[in-house]
This record gives sequence, C-alpha cells and structure tokens, in this order.
Amino acid sequence: MSIILLRVDERLIHGQVVVGWGSQLHPDRIVVVDDDLAASEWEQELYTLGLSGGLAAEFVSVRSARERFASWKSSGDRIIVLLRDVNALQQLGAGDFLAGEQVNIGGIHHAAGRRPVLPYLYLNDDEAAQLAALHGAGVRISAQDVPSGRRVESTEFMAIERRS
Amino acid sequence: MSDVRGIVIGHGAMAAGMVDAVRQIAGIGEDVLVPLSNKGMSPDALISAVREKLVEGEETILFTDMQGGSCAVAARRLTRELPGTAVICGANLPVMLEFAMHRSLPMDALVARLVERGRTSITSPATPPAEAAGQKKP
Repeated sequence: MSIILLRVDERLIHGQVVVGWGSQLHPDRIVVVDDDLAASEWEQELYTLGLSGGLAAEFVSVRSARERFASWKSSGDRIIVLLRDVNALQQLGAGDFLAGEQVNIGGIHHAAGRRPVLPYLYLNDDEAAQLAALHGAGVRISAQDVPSGRRVESTEFMAIERRS
Repeated sequence: MSDVRGIVIGHGAMAAGMVDAVRQIAGIGEDVLVPLSNKGMSPDALISAVREKLVEGEETILFTDMQGGSCAVAARRLTRELPGTAVICGANLPVMLEFAMHRSLPMDALVARLVERGRTSITSPATPPAEAAGQKKP
C-alpha cells in the first residue's frame, strides 16, 4: 500500500500519530527519518516504548531514507514516515526528490524566532522559505494536526505566515 | 530528606483535573503535586516547563498519563539527566492517592508501591444481576 502519511512533527512518535492518525490509517509500520535517532538505541527505545498492536517502528538516516523511499512507496506495508522538522524535510526533498508527494505538517511549535501560523504551527523565516521552495518544486504540502482537524493547504497557511 | 514531590504531565487538561481530584480527596498542599499540560508545547519547551517545576534537592516523581508520547519522552529524558527523579507512566487516580499517603517512603520503595497500586487498581468487578443476589430491581 506504500506511504500512507508523510508527516513533519517535532514530537515524532506520539499520541496524535499513533492513536489519532493510526486509528484512521491502520499503519503496519512507522519509519522515523532522523540522523540522530538512527544512531542512538536509547533514543529509539524512548520513542517505541508504548507502541502496541503489532505496530513496528524503524529509524533511518536521511541518506538511507532517500535510498529506500521508492521501496517504501511500492511496499505491501502501510507506512507512516515521520520527520522532526522542516530542515529534515528539505534534506529529504533536495533536488525535487519529493515532487508530487503529499506532505502533512502536523506539529511545529513555538520557539525563539518562530511566528504563529496555526495553533500547532509556528515558522521562522528559514522554515517558511524552505517550505515555499518545496512547494515550488512540486511538493503538495498541507497542515493538519489530527484527522478530525481541518486540512489547511500550504497556499493558505503561507499567506497567514506572510501577514504575521 | 523531605517527602517526595510529584509532577503530573499529561495531555490536555488531564493533569490539572487529576491533581484537583487528589487535592480534593487527600487534602495535600499545592507544592506536593503539581500539574503540567503538554498542550501547544514543543519537546524542548515541555522539558523546560518540567524543569521549572522541580525544586532543587527534593526528590520528585514525574507521573505521565501514558507510556508512549511526548509527556513520557520528556519525563524520561529528564530522569536520565537528574538524580533524585523517577518516572511512572500510565498514572491513574488510585496511584496519585497512594502517592499522597505514602510519599515519606524512600524513593525506590515508593515507586515500586505505586506501580503495584496502579496495576491492581484496574479491575472489572463482576456484578451479579439483582435477582440473583436476592434483591429487588430498583
């Protein structure tokens, strides 16, 4: 069935993903694309504790994700792919790699230099520019924290970002 | 060493509600058990918020609402760095009340007691029909 959700969420594996999206999409596997986590068994255990129902988790580097992305898309498994931030998305998508893909922005919260865009989405100048560049490269980006929430297309939330 | 303190970290208003219930039942002071919601917080912001509620030199249990998720991740990161802290995931009201009554115990013994209390507090008591118990229907 391939990649059923490609999501940017700084909390990575957490309740909204496992329970909220998981109950709607019925994933077989969660793949976290993160260089730091891919190199740390303790960090991986931290995020996988509490997973239930046979849901598997795997942690890979951005480089490995680019090598395996095509196989995930053609996999028989239903896969949720998670990235920590816009920078990781930009690295994964470098060179129009994600052109035509649907990306869900699910949780980037307040931090120094970030401005509010949506209740669960704050962006700094670099992140806004990276998202605009990815959009320009044909990546279909929208924001939606949980399945019951409203899906906000990037054209709409980027207009809010420009006014903020 | 003073009695162990507690911080309840949960989704939405769960922590505030649970702490309010414990204060109502057990009559503990406001500093003994404090609530914290993860709502709208980044992982780093949540860790900072927990740090702000810690009191230097006082042992503290970080109670989280469930085993996985951002609250448990933040609590476990802090416990790894800070001696005198422990994490209990999946805390419920009986666990909180047990904590309020026995927080003078040494940390290790208290944590073991609370985990056991949490496990035994989830039950589905069999209830016979009123006729079988010789009672009239209400």
